[in-house]
Amino acid sequence: MTGRPKRLVVLGAGTGGTLAANRIRKHYPVSDLVIDVVDQNNEHVYQPGLLFVPFGLADPEEIVRPRDRQLHSGINYHLSAIRSVDVDANTVLLDDESVLTYDVLLVATGSVLQPEETDGLLGEGWLDTVFTFYDMEGATALAKKLATFDSGRMVINIVDMPIKCPVAPLEFAFLADWYFTERGVRDDITITYITPLDGAFTKPTASATLASLLDEKNIELVTEFNTGEVDGSGRKLVGYDESEIPFDLAVVVPLHGGAAYVEDSPGLGDELGFIPTDNATLQSAVRPNIFVLGDAADVPASKAGSVTHFEGEVLVANIESFLDGQSLEATFDGHANCFIETGFSKALLIDFNYETEPLPGHYPGPIGLPLLKESRLNHLGKLMFQSFYWHGLLPGRDIPGIGTDMPTAGKHPTSV
Amino acid sequence: MTTKHFAGIEVELNDEGFFVDPAQWSEAMAPELAEAWGIPTPLTDKHWQVLRFMRSEYFEKGTGPTVRKLGKTSGVTVKELYQLFPKGPAKLAAGCAGIPKPRGCV
Ligand SMILES: Cc1cc2nc3c(=O)[nH]c(=O)nc-3n(C[C@H](O)[C@H](O)[C@H](O)COP(=O)(O)OP(=O)(O)OC[C@H]3O[C@@H](n4cnc5c(N)ncnc54)[C@H](O)[C@@H]3O)c2cc1C
Repeated sequence: MTGRPKRLVVLGAGTGGTLAANRIRKHYPVSDLVIDVVDQNNEHVYQPGLLFVPFGLADPEEIVRPRDRQLHSGINYHLSAIRSVDVDANTVLLDDESVLTYDVLLVATGSVLQPEETDGLLGEGWLDTVFTFYDMEGATALAKKLATFDSGRMVINIVDMPIKCPVAPLEFAFLADWYFTERGVRDDITITYITPLDGAFTKPTASATLASLLDEKNIELVTEFNTGEVDGSGRKLVGYDESEIPFDLAVVVPLHGGAAYVEDSPGLGDELGFIPTDNATLQSAVRPNIFVLGDAADVPASKAGSVTHFEGEVLVANIESFLDGQSLEATFDGHANCFIETGFSKALLIDFNYETEPLPGHYPGPIGLPLLKESRLNHLGKLMFQSFYWHGLLPGRDIPGIGTDMPTAGKHPTSV
Repeated sequence: MTTKHFAGIEVELNDEGFFVDPAQWSEAMAPELAEAWGIPTPLTDKHWQVLRFMRSEYFEKGTGPTVRKLGKTSGVTVKELYQLFPKGPAKLAAGCAGIPKPRGCV
């Protein structure tokens, strides 16, 4: 490149923003490309760790690190909330009144919880009989509650899709079964899993496996429940069809939407604040110089760190092509890979993409981790992931043997 | 895939009962479709508002809206949507409006 350096502005320093900024920094000298990264706080939470906090299996401090420390040198970090983006002027206005101008914009501001959108959810019972484990405050408060919860009905309720990591609420149910068993109170507690979906999960084969696992663990499954109200003091969920489900303790996954500034940025997002994005190239449909990574995109893939990770390589290649004035050739296949904790030191692994649903077999090849089947090895895989997250994924290192595209070698397409 | 008759015209449906070709749909089919999907009839103006909205969104964006999007953009609240199309407004309205099942969330 010649002339003045180009400017890349990255919105969000979570999973996606951090890994993309680090990978792109390696490829251009600062004299060719200035990289600015913006986030509203300096606490990078390893979100998969939130699942373990309520059961005393993760220390809140352990899963939080400073955001700026995860960024390579040569990246400018702005600690400020984003107020709006002007897609015609190519500028970003921050809450501290500064304005960043970009040649290329990467939106990686993830999704936000919107508990205020459900009637009653933040009412009298909030953090008393009604909790969430989807943020640090909720997960920490829930840990205290669970430690003294001895009898009654616990419901786990997904208000509506999309949500981050759609398997996390199932994992919560499995771990709760284990936790109450360990505490010797499982027989006095009913666990009920309540979802708006027509099965335990979105994909049919995995959904059947997970439903039978719920059944084995004596966890009730209620499907197609559309939560209209959470009545914390009356201790009941009320459906839009007026049906009621009573509870003593409710663990709710609130509605999710795009980051708040999207609504104040004309033309940037859809009705829910997510950014219309090309499934394959990850270029936005908004403007050619705006790209999207992770939960912020409206692509039909799970809102998961693994998806963000696999998208990363494609996204970086395409941003580089764009900066170099070439056509975008890299394509994302929708690859997702999720460990599902099932309690008692076991876990299940599922691997899928836009086209192929999770299948049994082994990952990443015929010899590897068992798919769609409980095993101790998968549990260890899940635990090891945290270290990989900080030391491999965020800094932008590749894992030997694990590519971006979904592997097919070890899978059995017809069984189950 | 199966074929069925609505308003006397043969149409193709997929395994879940959604139209394979939204162009085969006509307004005259809606009352019979509503009955097939368990939607309370007769269809009211509000039902029609939602059905027309579903179709225009589908032709513009390639997928029908989800309940949350409907609640934010169709001019009918989520609560009303559940009264008009009990159980699953997006799914039932898509079935009745002759468009594919709205792209679910994964
Ligand atoms: C309980 C739980 C368990 C999970 N478990 C798993 C798992 O096991 N496996 C898995 O793969 N994934 C899991 N996930 C999902 C995973 O954490 C996310 O999908 C992933 O972090 C998405 O990355 P992202 O970069 O899109 O968003 P994030 O990492 O969430 O980053 C978005 C960033 O944008 C910033 N931001 C937002 N709005 C603004 C604003 N207005 N101004 C400035 N900054 C802003 C935020 O502060 C944040 O840092 C889990 C999530 C949760 C909540």
